[in-house]
Amino acid sequence: MEELVKVNQEIPRQKKATSKIKKQFEFIKKNYILYLLIAPAIILTIIFKYVPMYGATIAFKDFSAMKGVWGSEWVGLKHFNDFLTSPNFIEILMNTIKLSSFELLIGFPIPIILALMLNQLRKANIKKNVQLVLYAPNFISVVVVSGMVFLFLSPTGPINAILSMVLDKPVSFMSDPDAFRSIYIWSGVWQGAGWASIIYVAALANVDPQLHDAATIDGASLLQRIWHIDLPTLKPVMAILFILAAGGIMSIGFEKAYLLQTSMNIPSSEIIATYVYKRGLQAGDYSFATAVGLFNSVVNIILLVFVNQVVKKLNEGDGLL
Amino acid sequence: MINNSKSDRMLLLFNKVLLSVIVLIVVFPLLYVLLASFLEPSVLIKKGLSLSLSDWTIEGYKRILSDGTIVRGFVNSILYSGGFTIVTVIVCILAGYTLSTDGLVGRKTIMFFFLITMFFNGGLIPTYLVIRDLGMLNTIWSIILPNAINVWFIILARTYFKGIPNELKEAARIDGASEFKIFLQVVFPLSKPIVFVLALYAFIGQWNSYFDAMIYLEDRDLYPLQLVLRSILIQNEVQPGMIGDQQAMAELQRISEMIKYSSIVLASLPLLIMYPFFQKYFEKGVMVGSLK
Repeated sequence: MEELVKVNQEIPRQKKATSKIKKQFEFIKKNYILYLLIAPAIILTIIFKYVPMYGATIAFKDFSAMKGVWGSEWVGLKHFNDFLTSPNFIEILMNTIKLSSFELLIGFPIPIILALMLNQLRKANIKKNVQLVLYAPNFISVVVVSGMVFLFLSPTGPINAILSMVLDKPVSFMSDPDAFRSIYIWSGVWQGAGWASIIYVAALANVDPQLHDAATIDGASLLQRIWHIDLPTLKPVMAILFILAAGGIMSIGFEKAYLLQTSMNIPSSEIIATYVYKRGLQAGDYSFATAVGLFNSVVNIILLVFVNQVVKKLNEGDGLL
Repeated sequence: MINNSKSDRMLLLFNKVLLSVIVLIVVFPLLYVLLASFLEPSVLIKKGLSLSLSDWTIEGYKRILSDGTIVRGFVNSILYSGGFTIVTVIVCILAGYTLSTDGLVGRKTIMFFFLITMFFNGGLIPTYLVIRDLGMLNTIWSIILPNAINVWFIILARTYFKGIPNELKEAARIDGASEFKIFLQVVFPLSKPIVFVLALYAFIGQWNSYFDAMIYLEDRDLYPLQLVLRSILIQNEVQPGMIGDQQAMAELQRISEMIKYSSIVLASLPLLIMYPFFQKYFEKGVMVGSLK
């Protein structure tokens, strides 16, 4: 009796499954155009993203141009070992971590503060013009910003001209390893903080002004209102942006670090990305450089997952992943 | 608005003062570069903003334009950025449209397929090897194709298309239009804003980048503007055509500084002048993205 019931139940279930597949098949048949439309994106992604992922296996091989990716010999973890035991491993790793965590520490809160400040401007057209100015540096290329840094900080540049009033010798900022990180981070703030504040400004625009009025009547001061009304509004946006930024700690941009690097400031400006470029493309050490890059990616993913968990805890369960 | 207390008003005043200082900090370097491109940098440092006409010069600009390297960089950059923008926008819009369709079979799998590439990639060398093996080194394709798929753009486009009412598509379907026709004649005409936003982002992103060009292009004649600028500003390689007639060191130094300041102005001014007109579209892009 029991078995009969079971069988009876299973028949419709199977029918359902086949009819679902049939339905899906019919959908694809009817809408095959949709799949054609997305095909170019898929093909390009396979060629330029997935094939290189397979190519990353050369990190475990001794790549030779003659034998290609497939034919090169496996050497296991040799290249990882070489990197982890090389004398400059610690220095490069620490440079990467320091540069990006300091950048996060300084670069993350400033746009938020800026947005809170902009939000206090009552006249709409003044606010708009101030924003217009603050966003402008975002549209200058990183090459030009780095060029400006070199010009301004050169021994004959304007900064040294001002400093010469108190110092008797020009400071050569760009060859000072101790100055590199500050230069990198603060020129980044100059260029990007205004633009990064947009998203916070937008979130603040959604705050109901009546909330502020009610709080003012209850005797709340401006700072109290910012703390209890504005900041909580920004919390979700902050959480997502923080995860994204912290997850990217190890993938700090190559472009500007490489531009601002001089032979003198290398002790603090050599980060993983610049190292990979030099060892790989300049010295032709393909397998070793790929291993270093892979090491970087793995650390990055671990970091992303970790930060996501922490933010989830702090943010009552709302993370990115 | 209810009146603020006295301490609040003080705070608001302080806020305005501080913002003014910040605005000055942003503007001053830009202004300084502009001035230094017309005044000799040494004059600017010694005398400040000199009003005597004899100190003003357009020598830097003259030398840049007589050499032609920067002009060629401009032309190359327009080609690369234009081509890149067209390919990226078409491919990402099409993908976003497909992914926005209700009941699309395999939607999650395809989305996952794209999203993975945001967090994991093969890295610099393997990507380089693929492009080399495809014979794309030293061609415009190495700039246009490898980064044409922008997952972020696809998500933006999908979000936008989701906002287009289904009834419109249904009505066209009842009239017997094919899916392709529906996209071309019903959906696409409504998607001008998203096309515009994506095109702006793509164009400016490509215009301002130098990395791909540095890796994939060897031929100097193919260099985009940013690479030309890099050689002038960072590597201190003033083009022979710009200084051919100069011998003395001090003179060389003076002219090379003029050239640097003027090339910054020439390279940055177009975008800085144009961007205020497009500001609202840029902001729109940020907003749509934040909604997810």
